[in-house]
Amino acid sequence: MNHDAYPDNYIRGILNSVKSIAMVGASPVNVRPSYFAFKYLAQRGYDMIPVNPGHVGKELLGNPFVASLVDIGRPVDMIDIFRNSSHIMPVVEEALTLDPLPKVIWMQLGARDDAAAAKAESVGIKVVMNRCPKIEYGRLSSEISWMGVNSRTLSSKRAPAPTQGMRLSLNRMSVGGGDTAASDRAAKNKTEQR
Amino acid sequence: MSDRLPGFSTLAVHAGAQPDPTTGARATPIYQTTSFVFNDADHAASLFGLQAFGNIYTRIGNPTNAVLEERVAALEGGTAALAVASGHAAQVVVLQQLLQPGDEFIAARKLYGGSINQFTHAFKSFGWNVVWADPDDIASFERAVTPRTKAIFIESIANPAGGITDIEAISTVARKAGVPLIVDNTLASPYLIRPIDHGADIVVHSLTKFLGGHGNSLGGIIVDAGTFDWSTGGKYPMLSEPRPEYHGIRLQETFGNFAFAIACRVLGLRDLGPALSPFNAFMILTGIETLPLRMQKHCDNAKAVAEFLVGHPAVASVSYAGLPSDKYNQLARKYAPKGAGAVFTFSLKGGYDAGVSLVSKLQLFSHLANVGDTRSLVIHPASTTHSQLDDAAKIKSGAGPDVVRLSIGIEDKEDLIADLEQALGA
Repeated sequence: MNHDAYPDNYIRGILNSVKSIAMVGASPVNVRPSYFAFKYLAQRGYDMIPVNPGHVGKELLGNPFVASLVDIGRPVDMIDIFRNSSHIMPVVEEALTLDPLPKVIWMQLGARDDAAAAKAESVGIKVVMNRCPKIEYGRLSSEISWMGVNSRTLSSKRAPAPTQGMRLSLNRMSVGGGDTAASDRAAKNKTEQR
Repeated sequence: MSDRLPGFSTLAVHAGAQPDPTTGARATPIYQTTSFVFNDADHAASLFGLQAFGNIYTRIGNPTNAVLEERVAALEGGTAALAVASGHAAQVVVLQQLLQPGDEFIAARKLYGGSINQFTHAFKSFGWNVVWADPDDIASFERAVTPRTKAIFIESIANPAGGITDIEAISTVARKAGVPLIVDNTLASPYLIRPIDHGADIVVHSLTKFLGGHGNSLGGIIVDAGTFDWSTGGKYPMLSEPRPEYHGIRLQETFGNFAFAIACRVLGLRDLGPALSPFNAFMILTGIETLPLRMQKHCDNAKAVAEFLVGHPAVASVSYAGLPSDKYNQLARKYAPKGAGAVFTFSLKGGYDAGVSLVSKLQLFSHLANVGDTRSLVIHPASTTHSQLDDAAKIKSGAGPDVVRLSIGIEDKEDLIADLEQALGA
C-alpha cells in the first residue's frame, strides 16, 4: 500500500467492514482528539473499546477502559492508535500477538511508522497511517461537508437526514484526491524530509 | 465508486450539492434561518465543543453556505473553504489567524486598490504591518522577508492591468521563509488558474466577481490548500497552541490538513462576524454552475476587444496578457493557457480628458466600480478605485491618469467593439 495517498475505496472498504475498534490512547478528557473520535465512532454504531492503562477502572461513554490489547479478551477488527509515531511499534508488536489477528491497524493523524506498518502488512493486516477515522467517515459520508470541508465525493441520490446513532452510507462517487491532492503531496514531502 | 477525477465543469455543477434529505429538492435550498435546533443537551455541547459535525448558528455556518464552500474548495483543489460576506472580509479573517500585533506580511504592490487601502490603513490600526514588493521582481520579495514576516499575499491576475504573477517563483520564496503564500484568485477564477497547483497555501476570492458572475451578490471565500504545516516553532499560535475559547483544543492537531479553514470559521468568522447571507450564497452557487461557459466567453471576448484596441489610432497602449506582444504573455501561456482573463487596461493618446470623454460616450459598457459581471464595464481607476493613492503609487499599481480599465462581459464581441469604436472615434 502506498501510504502517502490512499484510494478512497481502500478507506471505504475498511470503514464499511470493521465492527469493533480498540482505541489505544483513548482519553477521557473531552477536548482531546481521541475523545472526539471515540465518541463519534460510537455514535455511528461501532463497538468501541478504550485502551489506556492510566484509566483502568473507569469508563469512557459507558465502555470500560482496559490496560492493554491483550486484556480485551475478545476478537477486535481494528486497532486505532492515538500515540505519537515513536510509540507505535510496541503497540503493533502487541497487536501481532493477538489471536485472531486484527484486520486493520490504523494510526492517527500525525502518526506514522513505516517499519511497524510493514510488519503488520507482512501478516496480512491492512494499515492506515496519518489519518483520522472520524474525519474519513465524515468525509466519505459527506457529513463533514457541514464544516465546509471538501469531501471529494459527489452524489445525485437523496440521503436520509443524519440522526444520532445512524450508520451513514459511505458509497458516494469519489472524485479523486489521494496523490491528486496538493495536501497529500505536501504531507509526502514532509515525510521525505524526515 | 472508482477513484477518478471528474472534469472541472462537472465539479462546477455538482460539488458540495446533493438532493435535500428532507424534501428531495434538487437545487440547493436557501436555508434562510439564523439558528438550528439541537437534538438534546449533549448534542448541543458536542457542537459547541467542535466534537460533532453540524449547524449551530448562521454566523458560524449555514447549510446553503456549506455547499458553496465545498464547491469552491473542490474547484480550487483545496481541503476546505469558508464563505464570508465579501472579499475584504476574507482578507481580514485570513490575516487574523496569521498575524499578531507587530507582525508583518509582504504584499505585491500591484493589487486591487481596495486591498491596498485595507492593508495600508485599516490593518495598520490592528498592528499588522504590510511590506510592499514588486511582483515583476521576485528578489524584492526575498529582500522583504524579516523574522516578523508571517505571510506573503499576491493576486494571480493583478488588478487593474491584468498582469500575470509568477506564483511558483513567489511560492518558493514563501517556502524558504517558512510562511504561507496567500493568492487572491478573483480575476482568474479557478477555471483559468488554480493557484494551489502552483504552490499557494491559501486562496481567497471576492465571489462578487467572476464566480458569482452576474453582478448581483457580494461574497468572499477562503480556501485552505491543506499544504502548510502550522505546528512548527509556535509561529502560528492560533493554529498550534491550545485555544482558550475552546477549552484548550489545538486546531492543527485536531483537524489536520483543514485546520486553517476551521480556524477561520471558529476563531475568525465566529468572533469578527462577517457572515455571508444564505441568499447570496444561493445566487453565487447558481452563478458557479456556468463558470466554465462564462469564463471562456469572457476571455475570448476580451482578446478580441484587446486586439481591436491595439489597432486603433486613438489608443497609446494596451495592457492585456493575452496579446503575444504583452510583457506578461509568457506567464499567461504558462499559468492561464485557456485565456488571460477579462479585466485589463489601456491608455489613450488624449490622456485624462480622452478617458473621461470615452467613458461618457460608451452606450453598452457600464461606468461602475466592479469587475467580473456578465455586462461589460468601464472605469477610470485614477479617479475612482485607485483615487486614494498618490500619483507615484497610482502609476506603480498600473492606474496612471491616462489609463482606462475594462471588464469584458459575455455580450457579442462585435457589439462591444462597435461601442468602443463609436466612443473612441466621435
